[in-house]
Amino acid sequence: MPGSRGVDADFLALPLDALVDAALQEARDAGATYAAVRVQRSRDRVVRVRDRAVEGVHDTVRVGVSVRVVLDGAWGFAATGDLTPEAARAAATVAVRGARVARPLVHRPVELADAPVEQGTWVSPYDVDPFDVPAAEQAAVLVGWCGDVLATGGTHADALVHSVKEQKLYADLAGTRTVQQRVRVQPEVTAVVVADDGRADTMRSLTAPSARGWEHVVAPGGCTAEAPTLAPLAAEKLAAPSVEPGRYDLVIDPTQLWLTVHESVAHATELDRAFGYEAAYAGTSFATPDGLGTRRYGSDLMTVTGDRTEPHGLSSLGWDDEGVPAQRWDIVRDGRHVGYQLDRAMAAERGERSNGCAYADEPLHAPLQRMPNVSLAADPAGPASLEALVAGVEDGILVVGDRSWSIDMQRFNFQFTAQRFHRIRSGRLDGMLRDVAYQASTPDFWSRLAAVGGPGTWSLQGALNCGKGQPGQAAPVSHGCPAVVVTDVSVLNTEEEGR
Amino acid sequence: MSVHPDPGVEQVVDVALAAARRLGCDDAVVVVTDEGSTNLRWAANEQTTGGTTSERSASVAVVRDVAGGRAVGSLTRAVASRDDVERLVADAVRELDGAEAAEDGAALVVGPVHDDFAEAAPPVTPEALAGTARTLGELFARARGEDRELFGFAEHTVTTTWTATSAGTRHRVVEPYGTVELNGKSHARSRSAWAGAGARDVGAHVDLHALDAEVRQGLTWQARRVDVAPGRHDVVLPPSATADLLGYWLLSAEARAAAEGRSAFSRPGGRTRVGERLTPQPLTVRDDPAHPVLATSDVVSATSTDEVASVFDSGLAVPGTRYLDEGVLRALPSTRHTAALADVPVAPWAGNVLVDVTGGAGGTTDLLAGLGDGLLLTCLWYVRTVDEQTLLLTGLTRDGVYVVRGGEVVGATTNFRFNDSPAAMLSRVAGAGASQVCLARELGDWLPRTAAPALHVRDFHLSSVSEAS
Repeated sequence: MPGSRGVDADFLALPLDALVDAALQEARDAGATYAAVRVQRSRDRVVRVRDRAVEGVHDTVRVGVSVRVVLDGAWGFAATGDLTPEAARAAATVAVRGARVARPLVHRPVELADAPVEQGTWVSPYDVDPFDVPAAEQAAVLVGWCGDVLATGGTHADALVHSVKEQKLYADLAGTRTVQQRVRVQPEVTAVVVADDGRADTMRSLTAPSARGWEHVVAPGGCTAEAPTLAPLAAEKLAAPSVEPGRYDLVIDPTQLWLTVHESVAHATELDRAFGYEAAYAGTSFATPDGLGTRRYGSDLMTVTGDRTEPHGLSSLGWDDEGVPAQRWDIVRDGRHVGYQLDRAMAAERGERSNGCAYADEPLHAPLQRMPNVSLAADPAGPASLEALVAGVEDGILVVGDRSWSIDMQRFNFQFTAQRFHRIRSGRLDGMLRDVAYQASTPDFWSRLAAVGGPGTWSLQGALNCGKGQPGQAAPVSHGCPAVVVTDVSVLNTEEEGR
Repeated sequence: MSVHPDPGVEQVVDVALAAARRLGCDDAVVVVTDEGSTNLRWAANEQTTGGTTSERSASVAVVRDVAGGRAVGSLTRAVASRDDVERLVADAVRELDGAEAAEDGAALVVGPVHDDFAEAAPPVTPEALAGTARTLGELFARARGEDRELFGFAEHTVTTTWTATSAGTRHRVVEPYGTVELNGKSHARSRSAWAGAGARDVGAHVDLHALDAEVRQGLTWQARRVDVAPGRHDVVLPPSATADLLGYWLLSAEARAAAEGRSAFSRPGGRTRVGERLTPQPLTVRDDPAHPVLATSDVVSATSTDEVASVFDSGLAVPGTRYLDEGVLRALPSTRHTAALADVPVAPWAGNVLVDVTGGAGGTTDLLAGLGDGLLLTCLWYVRTVDEQTLLLTGLTRDGVYVVRGGEVVGATTNFRFNDSPAAMLSRVAGAGASQVCLARELGDWLPRTAAPALHVRDFHLSSVSEAS
C-alpha cells in the first residue's frame, strides 16, 4: 500500500545515478551474469528512560553502496560506506574478486529465477516522521510513562522508543530500478515491582511495534494507556499462586501467539532453511519440500499467509532486495502446508518464481531470504471476542503478552513464557498465576488448535529484530493473529524447573 | 577497496572538537571506527554467500553544563568529508536542545595519548580468506566422496577505533579477530556434528583439518543410538558450552540491576551479592583486555550510554576485572555512575569473557573419565532467560549429545531442551579442565572472544526431548 509521501529529498540528492552506473558498468565489464547495486541509508534512534531520568539517547545513520554479482556461477558481494562513484566501482571490483576466491567452492552454479523488470517508488504510510520529533520531546513522553508506573506502585520503571527510517535504491543489470522509504517505531514501557521479601517481577506493555510514525507512539490506546496499569498487574502476579504443572487448555492472546507463529511457522517455512542453507547457524526445518501440499501442519482451522502488502506491516514493502514486487500467498491452508518463502535463488531450485523474500537489513549486508509478514487468519465465523473464547474453556489458562521464547533447530520443540497468565475455571477468569511456561512440539501443538477467534480478535503484532544469517542480520516482521484455543498443552512450573 | 582516504582520522577529530567548541559545548567525545570484514559462507559442500565490506563511522557526544548537571547529545554517522563531520556535530548539538542533565553526567576522564593515533586502519581484502577457501575446497571434495555434507561460516574482521576527547584522550586500537564454524551432517542428515574456533587471523591460525576431524569423530560416535530419558543428568560441557552459559552469567551481572533487586546478583534490601561466595569451587570469571589472543581495547570507547557503558567514561582505563574470583563475587560490570549507585568497585567490561578453575587440567575427553556415567553435550542453542532473579535459562542441545558409560563415549542420544541456571550450576561443578580459547556456539555471534574450560556439572536439568536431529 503506497503512502502519500515522497522519498526524502536528501536521499534522492545522493549521487544515485553515478553510483549505479559506475558499479553496474564495472560488473558488466567483468563478465557478471547478474549484478545488482543497492544504495541504502538506515537511521535508528533509541531513546531510553529509567525511572524518571533519561538514560541514553542515541541516533545512528548507516549508509553505503553494495554490489552483488554472480560470476562464473559464484556469488560475490562487496560494500562500502563511501558514496562516491570511484568507491562504487571499487566495490564492484572487490565483489568480482570475491566471486573468484569462492569459485573453487562452487560445485553447482548459482541460478536465479526470472523476475519482471520493475521501476517505481514506494513509501510506507505514516503520519508523523519520528525523526521530525526532537529527542527531548520523545524523552518527555517516556518520562511521563515512567512517572505513571512509579505513581501506581512500581519500584522501578523502564521505557524506550526505537524509531527507524530505511531508504533504499535497488538497480540491476536487467533494468529494474526501484526506490523506497519505510518508517517504523517500537514504543515500550516496563514496570518493575520488588516485594518486601525481595522477590521481583516485571510487567511490560503489550503495544506492538508498527510500520507507522510517531502517531503510533502517542496513540491514546497505546503505552500511554498501559503505563498506569502495569505495576498493579506485576504486583498481582507476584502475589499469585505458583502454577501446578500439567496439561491445560490454553486461550492464547495475539500478543503472545504472534511469537509462537513466528518461531514455529514463519521460520519453519523458509525454503532456504528447509534446504539446509541455515543448517550451521539457525538450523533447518521439519517442513521439508517433499511434504509440500500433503503435510498436515495443524488442524483444519489453521490458515497462514505470507504477505508483503499488509498495511503497516513491519515487513511490508514495494519490492524486495532483488527487485521482486510485494505479494501475498498461502503458506498453510486448511491445516496443510502449501507454500514456502522464496528468493530468486531458492525459487530457481524449485523451478518457480520468487515471492519476494530477499532482504538486507543494513547497507553493508548481502540480502538473505527473509520472512514477509506471516499471519494466522481469523475464522470469519469464529467467536467475536477474547471473552467469548474464554467462555468456551472449562479448565485452562489465558496467556497474554510475549516474554521468553526458544525453539530447537528443526522447529519442533518450543517453550514460551508470557507477561501474564490468568487461570480459567468454568469459562471465567479466576485470578493470575506465576511461574508458567508452555512447551510443545510444533505439529502436535497446531493439531490441537480447537478454536480460532473472529476478525474482532485479530491484531498485528511483531518485532524489529528477527535474527538470521551469518553475518547476523536483524529484520523487522509483523505477524497478525486472532486469539485462539489450543487444547491439552504441557505447562511447566519454571520455579520447579530451575530448582 | 580504499577506505575513506579523506579526511584522515586526525582531521575528523580536530574538525569535530573545534566545531563542538564553536557551538558552545563544554566537552565532546569523538569515537571513529573503521571496520573491514571479509567472509565466506557455505552449505551442503557449496559456497552460498560471501563478501567484503568496509565502513567508517564517527560518533560524537557533545556535553553542555546545564542546571543540575551535564546534558549530552550523541549521534553516530558515516562520515566521508569535512562537511559530514561539521553536520554531525551540528546535529548532535541540536540533540541538546531542551535536554535535561544526564543522570550519569560527570567530568570527562583524561585518558592516554598514543603516538600512532593518526595512523590509518589496516585494510581487509577477500584474499584474507583465500587459503581458507582453498582448504575448504579440499574438505568439500573429501566430504562428497564420503557422503557427508559440510556447512559453515568463516569471517575475518579488523576493527580500528580512535577515541578522542576534549579532555585530551587520543587512543587508537586495532582489534583483528575472526571465527570459523564447521558443521557436518551425514546419513541423510540424521547425524550432525559441529566444531568452531576463533583466532586473531583465521587464515593463519585455524586448522580446518583439525576441525573437520573433530566433526568426523562426532559423526562416528553417532553410529550407535542409546535411549536416555529426560531428567537431571551428570554432564560434561565442552568449553564452547561453558562459555555460552557463563557468558550469559556475566552479561546478566550488571551492577545497577543487581542493586535494584532485579537480578540473580541481588540481595534483598537494595544490595548486591558482591562479597558472597557463590561456589565452593575455585572458579573464576574475568575479563582481560591484554589477553594474548582475545585482546580488546584497554580504554572505554562509549558512543552512547546504557546499563554497562557511559559516554562520560570514554577514555577510562579498562584494567581487566575478576568478577568471580575463585568462587567469590568481587565485582559487577559497571560504569562510574552505576558503580556508585550499586556501591561496588568500578568495573568497565572489556568485552571478552575468560573462565577458569584453579587446578583444572586437560580437555573435554580428559574430563569424561571422571564423569563415569553421564552425557557429553556438544552445543547449547537458542538460550533465553526465563527468570531474571534466578537466572533460569532455557535452550536446546544440538549437534551431538553423547552417552558416556564408565568414562567412555558409547553412543549418542536425542537432543534435549534444558531448563537450568548458571547461577545455581556454579555450586554443582564437580570437575574442570584447563581453560582454552573457544567459540561459544550461540553467544559467539556477537561475543566471539571467550576462553573457558570443559566442566563436569552434576544434575544438569534436561527438561524434555527435542525431536530435532
